[in-house]
Amino acid sequence: MTQTQSQAGETPGPRETLLEIEGLSKSFGTVHANQDVSLRVDRGEIVALLGENGAGKSTLVKQIFGLMTPDAGTITIKGDSSRIKDPKDAIRRGIGMVHQHFQLVPVMTVAENMMLGHETARGGLLDLDGARQMVRELSAKHNLSVDPDAEIEDLPVGTQQRVEILKALSRRVDLLILDEPTAVLTPQETDELLGVMKELAAGGTSIVFITHKLREVLAVADRCYVLRQGKVVGGVDDLSSTTTSDLASMMVGRDVVLRVDKAEATPGDTVLSIKGLQVKDDRGLPAVDGFDLDVRAGEIVGLAGVEGNGQRELVESIAGMRPSIGGSVRLGADDITKSNAHDTNNAGVGHIPEDREKHGIVGGWSIADNLVLNCYDEAPYAKGFVRDFGAVREHAVTLREEFDIRSPSVDVPAGSLSGGNKQKVVVAREMSARPRLLMAAQPTRGVDVGSIEFIHRRIVEARDAGAAVLLVSAELDEVLSLADRIAVIHGGKVVAEVAGKDADRTEIGRLMAGDTDSH
Amino acid sequence: MTWLQRNKIPAGTALVVLVAAYAFYFANPNIAVSMFSNAWFLAVPLVLGAMVGVIGERSGVVNIGIEGQMLVGAFAGFFAAAATQSVFIGVIAGALSGIAMGAFLAFTTVKGQLDQIIAGVVINIVATGITSFYYESGKTIPRGLPNFDVPLLSKIPLIGPVFFSDGPIALFALVIVIVLHFLLFKTRWGLRTRAVGEYPSAADTAGINVIALRLFNVTMAGTLAGIAGAYLSMEATSTFERGMSSGRGFLALAILIFGAWRPLRALAAALFFGFMSASASQLQASNVVNIPQQFINLLPYVLTLVVLAAAAGRVRAPGAVGQPFVKGD
Repeated sequence: MTQTQSQAGETPGPRETLLEIEGLSKSFGTVHANQDVSLRVDRGEIVALLGENGAGKSTLVKQIFGLMTPDAGTITIKGDSSRIKDPKDAIRRGIGMVHQHFQLVPVMTVAENMMLGHETARGGLLDLDGARQMVRELSAKHNLSVDPDAEIEDLPVGTQQRVEILKALSRRVDLLILDEPTAVLTPQETDELLGVMKELAAGGTSIVFITHKLREVLAVADRCYVLRQGKVVGGVDDLSSTTTSDLASMMVGRDVVLRVDKAEATPGDTVLSIKGLQVKDDRGLPAVDGFDLDVRAGEIVGLAGVEGNGQRELVESIAGMRPSIGGSVRLGADDITKSNAHDTNNAGVGHIPEDREKHGIVGGWSIADNLVLNCYDEAPYAKGFVRDFGAVREHAVTLREEFDIRSPSVDVPAGSLSGGNKQKVVVAREMSARPRLLMAAQPTRGVDVGSIEFIHRRIVEARDAGAAVLLVSAELDEVLSLADRIAVIHGGKVVAEVAGKDADRTEIGRLMAGDTDSH
Repeated sequence: MTWLQRNKIPAGTALVVLVAAYAFYFANPNIAVSMFSNAWFLAVPLVLGAMVGVIGERSGVVNIGIEGQMLVGAFAGFFAAAATQSVFIGVIAGALSGIAMGAFLAFTTVKGQLDQIIAGVVINIVATGITSFYYESGKTIPRGLPNFDVPLLSKIPLIGPVFFSDGPIALFALVIVIVLHFLLFKTRWGLRTRAVGEYPSAADTAGINVIALRLFNVTMAGTLAGIAGAYLSMEATSTFERGMSSGRGFLALAILIFGAWRPLRALAAALFFGFMSASASQLQASNVVNIPQQFINLLPYVLTLVVLAAAAGRVRAPGAVGQPFVKGD
């Protein structure tokens, strides 16, 4: 390893510059993912990279970590501006990265994952005991508890992320890159992570933190850069005098309404009535366990809860994707407890699924085909058993306009769209069928601020048009701003219901954690 | 957890089988030795073929061309031995032809990102074509690889005559299973290979060269297929026939699955199949039951099907099998 630290002393300022990027550009075909990006990170600093989906944040950090090579520009780490050849090279220079999709081998243990790539061996034998010991020491030192012998696939997401962070720390990082670390975390896990980040920074580790959650930026970052369409469009050096709406308008380039403006709800008849529903999860354990809830026409009921408390199974069961083992689900006068997904849909249930890639769209099919997935076999999109492509296309062109789906045409594969636009395809399809019940599960997960605003407005519009809306979201802020009534789910049942306007953030957080005793 | 706790069921099964085998041996030593020897004799090419599959699939590359790789190994080995009148050179030639076939699969699928199934089918078709086209009748080799006794070990009752009084390739097969099992689960190469086959992007971000490791593994695995071929034409027999691998490469894939992608279990699975075949011949020879011969010959295959169907869903293939790795995806 070359001696590079000595040059760092030449940099002016009280702190050592750890990373400096100048004029970085990267294109994919005709798309400019990064254009002339310049930024700086000092030692012990938390720097946030803010931007909508497709703004080029991930591309930027992938170049720092050596996963991609820049077309132009320089990346200087501790004074050394030579090309970062590959992740190994980046790791050697003190850069660690926690990817959005965890880079852990699911069937291996924590210890095995920790040692992968820089294994120590004794006489040809892997030193697993050493790796276990290292995990224990690191987790004690950083107060991140994990069992070295647990298999990754058995661990909850928050713990897997802890393993990722420990893995990066084990390589003695100076700069830790976190790519949307909170996207998959519960509110509690998020708070925990933010605490860990602060501690690491206090210990001298610099952190580059990608997110589009403004609250988190204000909570932990020292400085932030805002990216839009591949360019740095702004930076904030002093975040203490900044508000979330300042940041949001920088991100989208216009003012955004973060609060959802909506009129008082005027609930009508009960549309969805769930009584004593019981559903098992994939492992055959009870996930939904005696769930009762009514949703009336013209109201949004928000289901708040820590992920993994039966929300997924509940939604899938209502949608007809998962059998229930007890209780009933009624839609108006119809019993849809045993209906399959097709019949449930025809009965008037619109479903925005949690996992849009898996259940929301068919990536390889055109936008037009995706927009008729729920009605392809009905007039006017089909005449008898022959499809009418003219009608399908016309429908798609109208919806693309109405729902602001940004794409070259309606004929491109839906899989080629950005996350926000994919979600708009799903929302457009489900809403255009004018459902009696709209079920929206994590409708804005991984979606940029502009699209979040749009989707929220649409959900309120659907309510005002008389639909019953069941909103399931792990984002407490989303539930608080949209719902007319909030039901808290814990352990597969509703533990409390409160009116949306009386809801108190801490109180609901407490209920989500299962603390109902003092009630 | 100790090894025994984690492997309760396979270890228990092995113990039961061992006790049963020795009970049989003490009841009727001659028939027992002959049946188990025959079982191992039939299992050797399956074991070697399954090891080719283990290495490939653990690295993330499906190899349905084992059949063709074996056939070319048998062919190249036999005719090299016939030309030089040296069986030793024949075995080396078989192994080298296996490397060439392995390299073909590796470079087309890992580098060229050709569909792995298509590449495997190409290997099988080309192997049949080449070995038929260049086949010459009337060639002979001096004599097949001789059997020999391993000192001490061959004296163990039952196990000795079955496993330690065979030809060199059979002994090699036994050793390679144990060595491979050790390499796969106890060494750096093994950890990296499993990572590359399960979740290559994790290996990539950990600084492992996924492409290079897959190329190396798939190429080197070809050696074992070539040696399995050499076993067929120079140890089990001393002749080459057209299409003499006769489905063993495909059976090896079934054994690979039944063996849950683990060398030792694959060995057990191959022995099970070998024993079923040996029992079928024994039944036939002893004439105890009056069932048409064709049905008895069918028995091992039917049993394999049943066992595979039972194993399906219980065992899980490496996560990235069949998927080409593209950096930065």
